[in-house]
Amino acid sequence: MATQHSRSAARLMMAPAVILLLGWMLVPLTMTLFFSFKKYLPMRGDSLENGLEWVGFENYVRFIGSSSFWPSVQATLVIVGGVLAITVILGIFLAILLDQPFWGQGVVRILVIAPFFVMPTVSALVWKNMFMDPVNGILAHLWRFFGAEPVSWLSDASLQSIIMIVSWQWLPFATLILLTAIQSLDSEQLEAAEMDGAPVVQRFFYIVLPHLGRAITIVILIQTIFLLSIFAEIFVTTGGAFGTRTLTYLIFQRVIDSQNIGLGSAGGVYAIILANIVAAFLMRIVGKNLDA
Amino acid sequence: MARSTTTRRKIITTAAAWAVGLLIFFPIYWTILTSFKTEAQAINDPPLFFFFDWTLENYAVVQERSDYMRFLWNSVIISGLSTLLGVMIAVPAAWSMAFVPSRRTKDILLWMLSTKMLPAVGVLYPISLLFVKFGLLDTRTGLVVVLMLINLPIIVWMLYTYFKEIPGEILEAARMDGATLREEIVYILTPMAIPGIASTMLLNFILAWNEAFWTLNLTAAKAAPLTAFIASYSSPEGLFFAKLSAASTMAIAPILILGWFSQKQLVRGLTFGAVK
Repeated sequence: MATQHSRSAARLMMAPAVILLLGWMLVPLTMTLFFSFKKYLPMRGDSLENGLEWVGFENYVRFIGSSSFWPSVQATLVIVGGVLAITVILGIFLAILLDQPFWGQGVVRILVIAPFFVMPTVSALVWKNMFMDPVNGILAHLWRFFGAEPVSWLSDASLQSIIMIVSWQWLPFATLILLTAIQSLDSEQLEAAEMDGAPVVQRFFYIVLPHLGRAITIVILIQTIFLLSIFAEIFVTTGGAFGTRTLTYLIFQRVIDSQNIGLGSAGGVYAIILANIVAAFLMRIVGKNLDA
Repeated sequence: MARSTTTRRKIITTAAAWAVGLLIFFPIYWTILTSFKTEAQAINDPPLFFFFDWTLENYAVVQERSDYMRFLWNSVIISGLSTLLGVMIAVPAAWSMAFVPSRRTKDILLWMLSTKMLPAVGVLYPISLLFVKFGLLDTRTGLVVVLMLINLPIIVWMLYTYFKEIPGEILEAARMDGATLREEIVYILTPMAIPGIASTMLLNFILAWNEAFWTLNLTAAKAAPLTAFIASYSSPEGLFFAKLSAASTMAIAPILILGWFSQKQLVRGLTFGAVK
């Protein structure tokens, strides 16, 4: 159906989006790559105008060799892993629960989804102050009520606290996607299994869970990409202290606080490589689903 | 017998679902509630759950102290214009990919998606540098451009999945009846595409509103939106829970309301059509 004429028109219509995204990707990426091979400390007089000294892979080696690198990788993995575990497991239970018939489905759905729309700076500050404050937070009240000593959440249990905050933000996303997937499950199949006397646990593991497999994978991949780069939640709570300095935050500090552009750029390249490994898996799944 | 067990089951499910729903919503409820308390009531032990003298004082204080309206206006402008601009660029692209697909359409779509995965921190310095060079630091224009670019892949994707659902036969039928290309676009395609375009804009407005990496790093005073307005409350100053709550409520209220309309699109938009 498509003629030569409409093909070239189509290319023309696509051009602005493609060119803009190409520029958005290539220009900063090339610059980051360029800086990562240079010694670039603007505070000590290095400047683009005077030319930067080429240092080869020194920044890459130093970034990995620094004492804060491995702890930051560890913090990143703990946060991403913790949030994924909590959101996926609770998300599956919630999706199954919300899929059952009950009164007020619409309202409960709205209540459950709401945290996703709260901006990260707000949820982090509300949790930090009104819930986790060791003197006046709700959790402190609760602890005292049961005769326990209130916990200084963000300093004594810093990683757990961050995981808690971020999980609260992402649980709605996991729930909503898993719920959408569960609703496409053929209810006759479940009923048949129920009539054959299959217990609840077996129905869950042999019918529901396999059906959700793809949705779970997608939730994990998309969340991983967003979670690898969480920033505001750490920025306004601990500022990277108490072992919550993730890879993203470490790079941010190298670039902004210590103004070591070369070192920060090398870190940036690592972060880009890491994100691309995850992205490659996601793309394969999305690509399979595309009938274009 | 069967009927009573189903009713009992439904009662139990209702109780469980409401309990979970209220628990998850509690932090938002608590924030809104606290915003109407005095500072002393806000830290009262035991916490005050409903019975206290409601006051609007915090809202006045917050507006006066940090000029909420200016931040709100920045948020509206930045989210609105970046969405509008993004849609203007994405509609023709998504349109041509949906209706005149070529061998490379799939690759282009996936490549666009891959640009979304670029970790922002990896290009923080280059972008800051370019912003300084072009005088865009702390301007709304700069943020409109950046937020448009980071959301463009999602906009193209969402529109593409919507356009894909418009049956091609309708177009052929119109052509048979002698419709010109212009008539085809104005009378047939546009009305069918408008709901999809509206949903796309809604979701992207929300994403832009809540974006908190670039808005925190590329603004100072003039162009800062609500994300930065809230971040300015991160260093406590005496009793401030009630004021923080009022500020938070004002920052999230507009988007909570919009968000409730967009739950369906959320799934489509954020899974790139992989879950429907």
